[in-house]
Amino acid sequence: MAKLESTLQNMILSLVIICVVAAGALAGVYILTKANIEAQETAKKQAAILAVLPEGCEVADAEEIAGLKVYKAYQGDEWIATAVETSETGFDGQQVIMVGFNAEGEVINYEVLKQTETPGLGAHIDHWFKDKKGNQSIIGRKAGALSVRQDSGDVDAITAATISSRAFLKAINKAYAAYKGGNVEAHTGASQLNKAEEASGEEVNVEQANEEEGAL
Amino acid sequence: MNNAMKTLTNGILKENPTFVLVLGMCPTLATTTSAINGMSMGLATMFVLICSNIVISLLKNLIPDKVRIPAFIVVIATFVTIVQLAMQAYLPGIYDVLGLFIPLIVVNCIVLGRAEAFAAKNSVGLSALDGIGMGLGFTLALTLLGAVRELLGTGHILKIEGVFDGLQLFPENYGALLFVLAPGAFIALAYLMVIINKIQKK
Repeated sequence: MAKLESTLQNMILSLVIICVVAAGALAGVYILTKANIEAQETAKKQAAILAVLPEGCEVADAEEIAGLKVYKAYQGDEWIATAVETSETGFDGQQVIMVGFNAEGEVINYEVLKQTETPGLGAHIDHWFKDKKGNQSIIGRKAGALSVRQDSGDVDAITAATISSRAFLKAINKAYAAYKGGNVEAHTGASQLNKAEEASGEEVNVEQANEEEGAL
Repeated sequence: MNNAMKTLTNGILKENPTFVLVLGMCPTLATTTSAINGMSMGLATMFVLICSNIVISLLKNLIPDKVRIPAFIVVIATFVTIVQLAMQAYLPGIYDVLGLFIPLIVVNCIVLGRAEAFAAKNSVGLSALDGIGMGLGFTLALTLLGAVRELLGTGHILKIEGVFDGLQLFPENYGALLFVLAPGAFIALAYLMVIINKIQKK
């Protein structure tokens, strides 16, 4: 078959046909893969939520508090812990972190969902603050006013990645603030009642709230 | 038959897209932080190359000359989006790493370059072989570059996050981090090119 001449009619016709066929093919592939892509995303998030919460608890649907997604976990009817998805701008792009707090407001565990920090330096956030070495672990600590040594805090920052560490701790503190705000409506036990009272002070700054907590 | 063999092997060494033609440098430098990342990027590009070469070769007489570039780009973009959706659905781990660079295959010069220089002038069979050859050359180059950078930067090779720990040749802390970062890509690529040129001259 001879090659089509470059007349206006031919050009328009061939481009339109190619685009329509391409659009049809893409629509088909999109429909085929849609369910799977969504399943992958929820599975990933679900795994992260379960990793930062105690074993054998049931996770309620997400609530939105202070712009963050908060997942409450119950054992039977009793509220035992909360997972918060939080984010902060690090040294290079967003850090998205899932962090779990127990009823006392201590960090149970955390999981970095997304980060683009420098490999070998800032990228160590995914395990640095879990390692029990020196003063670098935040597991079991009360959040709210965590800060690095350089800012007169008591957490050891990642060597040569203070900015990434700062952003990470800021994200955790933000999560804690959302966690505090989240306790206002949901409480069952007596100790949580106390906390609800604290939190109902609404604009209590986080540091103060932390001190009050320590007095419990 | 001889012609077919020549077309197939052309892309692997004599006209290797990365080391000889030096095309598609953006994904080459950016995604080769480890052997497996380089290989995935190479395979994704190879798939797009083969499919777009076949389709463009089939359509070459139906596309008027003056609109051939937009037509080629639509065909290429379609296959790239298919790869992207499929990867997102079935290989989420690799998609997380390559994410941004998959859509960029559309503008990878090697794909449009082969469509324009080869598929638009040759038969379907030869175009498919050219796609396979060029794709293999690109994949091998990216895997090699990724392996060199991974080894020098982290001490292990062929590590797949959460699946296979790779072969640890020396402790991770002794690695030269430079090679995982962007400047290391240029340095490693330059030295690999020197070696390949040296071998070819003989």
